[in-house]
Amino acid sequence: MEVRWDIFLIIIGAAFVTFVPRVVPLMILSRFELPEGVMRWLSFVPVAIMAALVGQEILLHDGKISSIRNNVELFAALPTFLIAIKTRSLLATVLAGVISFMILRLFM
Amino acid sequence: MRIDNVHLDTFSSPKEDSFIQGVRACVPTLLAYLSIGFACGIVQKTAGLSVFEIALLSLILYAGSAQFIVAAMLVTQSTSMAIIITIFFINLRHLLLSAALSPYFRQLSPFKNMLVGALLTDETFGVAMNEAAKKKSINEKWMHGLNITAYLNWVVANIAGALLAQWISNPEKFGLEFALPAVFIGLLIISILDRSKIKLDVVVAIIAIVIAVGSTLMLSSSLSIIVGTIIAATIGMVVEKWK
Repeated sequence: MEVRWDIFLIIIGAAFVTFVPRVVPLMILSRFELPEGVMRWLSFVPVAIMAALVGQEILLHDGKISSIRNNVELFAALPTFLIAIKTRSLLATVLAGVISFMILRLFM
Repeated sequence: MRIDNVHLDTFSSPKEDSFIQGVRACVPTLLAYLSIGFACGIVQKTAGLSVFEIALLSLILYAGSAQFIVAAMLVTQSTSMAIIITIFFINLRHLLLSAALSPYFRQLSPFKNMLVGALLTDETFGVAMNEAAKKKSINEKWMHGLNITAYLNWVVANIAGALLAQWISNPEKFGLEFALPAVFIGLLIISILDRSKIKLDVVVAIIAIVIAVGSTLMLSSSLSIIVGTIIAATIGMVVEKWK
């Protein structure tokens, strides 16, 4: 049950700077009607942010752009995308992704 | 046939507790976050954090990328201030998630909105936006069911990883690290298919990928996510307005 003081400060500080951006837009923006342009912009945020995350997960390794030839993630992503489009099921997509990744890594 | 219909109806009955429906909506992401949380627990333990410190981190901070960074920066003996500032930038993207969710919770008080946002993550956001696309609204209890399930799953996975760190030295061997990209791929595809703007969404997605990856040549990867998201969403908005 040991917690060091400096670690505790890091936890509290990090939690605070994480908590504020999580809650402030919800608390403030929900008080008034947003202009139509902003609503339209926000409607594209989910697709954009998910795509950005997918891109980095697949194409970056240790913060650097990885080569295409031995990028197992990239090849595993192809069947994962197909299953996602075919099934529209998150669970099926995750299973397809993990299984293709496991199989592909045996050969690459 | 008739029995099948009745069965289906009770399965997704509107009378069913929305909290439970939120819990169920979280299930497909559990495997991915269980394995990542488990790996995160192991990494934190090997970085020299105690099990109790890891429990506090997951309970209070509750952010995967930030917890990996705490562990990595402790190993390189960074100052507390440097760690906190880095985490601030990593988690700035939550501003976008929180802002995008806000139209669905307009009826709630600021305090209740704070509770909705407190446990917001990339995955619960993605699942919630899919729900919003399907039903045009998000139930508050449903959101808590989703958030709390993801939260408990994460905390348990972290502690389990920390406890088992002594026995497992190489968790990547199990091939589960692709679970997280797969979750994002699933959420991306489902949200595109559920909207009736497939062509424009695909263009926005490609722009976001190119910028988020390309700008890592100059910026940190977390800042690149923010830049890519802002530019791609802006292009989507402008193109849609012109049409």
